[in-house]
Amino acid sequence: MKQNSAAERLVNGLIKENPTFVLMLGMCPTLAVTTSAINGLGMGLTTMVVLALSNMFISLLRKIIPDKVRIPAFIVIIASFVTVVELLLKAFIPFLYDALGLYIPLIVVNCIILGRAEAYASKNGVVLSLFDGIGMGLGFTFALTVIGAIRELLGAGEFFGLRIMPESYVPCSIFILAPGAFFVLAGLTAIQNKIKLAGERKGKDMSKIQSGCNLDCAGCGEKGCSRRLTDNVKEKEGNNG
Amino acid sequence: MVKELLIILISSSLVSNVVLSQFLGLCPFLGVSKKTETAAGMGTAVIFVITLASAVAGAIYKFILLPFNLTYLRTIVFILVIAALVQFVEMFLKKFMKSLYQALGVYLPLITTNCAVLGVALTNVQKNYGILTGIVNGFATALGFTIAIVILAGIREKLEYNDIPESFKGMPIVLVTAGLMAIAFCGFSGLL
Repeated sequence: MKQNSAAERLVNGLIKENPTFVLMLGMCPTLAVTTSAINGLGMGLTTMVVLALSNMFISLLRKIIPDKVRIPAFIVIIASFVTVVELLLKAFIPFLYDALGLYIPLIVVNCIILGRAEAYASKNGVVLSLFDGIGMGLGFTFALTVIGAIRELLGAGEFFGLRIMPESYVPCSIFILAPGAFFVLAGLTAIQNKIKLAGERKGKDMSKIQSGCNLDCAGCGEKGCSRRLTDNVKEKEGNNG
Repeated sequence: MVKELLIILISSSLVSNVVLSQFLGLCPFLGVSKKTETAAGMGTAVIFVITLASAVAGAIYKFILLPFNLTYLRTIVFILVIAALVQFVEMFLKKFMKSLYQALGVYLPLITTNCAVLGVALTNVQKNYGILTGIVNGFATALGFTIAIVILAGIREKLEYNDIPESFKGMPIVLVTAGLMAIAFCGFSGLL
């Protein structure tokens, strides 16, 4: 596939640099809202809309925003879109608004969004940035829906609200409570570790797979995660040239 | 009034612990919990910033956003105020309180936009807390964070020398620990 085409951006976000399964970004909302598949899906799509719009807007303004104040400028843009989306949800999808609650305004500090703004949108064209946002958003949505479905299936015996486990299955409700979120994520990171170790033994480059951003949620846009993201992009550009 | 504040203090710090039941501030919780000392330092800095931020955000909400009917701007205003506040506190400490800066300085920039800080400011508004109640809630939430991160750091120090399956080394075992702590903290729900 052609490097840096719209389709490549979509696949990149969905699989190669999946924000949750590969890069481990934005863990707070991932754990908090995935009590059911539908909540995960809703949160994922909400984040995707914000991500795509803010990526596009930041890319449009990338030559106007002075380098020194870019982080505050990005945060204002992101916060504006989050407010817009929050009001729209409140008006048109109230059940989702109630279910996600506090975590909608907290999309502002989701490090995927600031990370992508820093790493991609501030350096690339409008269309590509839009597709980068959509791809990353789809990847996030996919991951959240999967985690939500697992937790819902184990914790309530249901899938999107439909009972599919046999009658004899006693739901293990700890999985939809707070501790379950930690256990599911622990399992996930263990699988990730396993794949990473196996890959390294075969001599593949597995440096892209990361476990957890270190210090801060949005602050990591500047210090931790996004430098990592930026490095990934730079590497690619280096390979191209 | 005092009883009300006491209930908020217990419920925000223990019953609905900010990290273990609300998943806010997870990044520093997982990232800065390798040693008990650094965890305690981070915790102190978080208590300091969140208490201050909930006071300032509460005042801005009450005296600027509410009278001018601008409450829909709260997300944008709060995040900017918090970021500016942390920067300002850092500069102030550096200039006037050298010893405190040496203790907290490293951690301050890391909490600029910690989601727990924004989360507390927004919760205070959502629950219609007044400024004083908001400050108490902020302090209690941050106290809960500190308790959780110090306990986790203590457990992690012990974990260092254990025989852990290879795939579970690093983040996975920390998350399992956090999950077990979350179960333990569920026990506090009988307190109220």
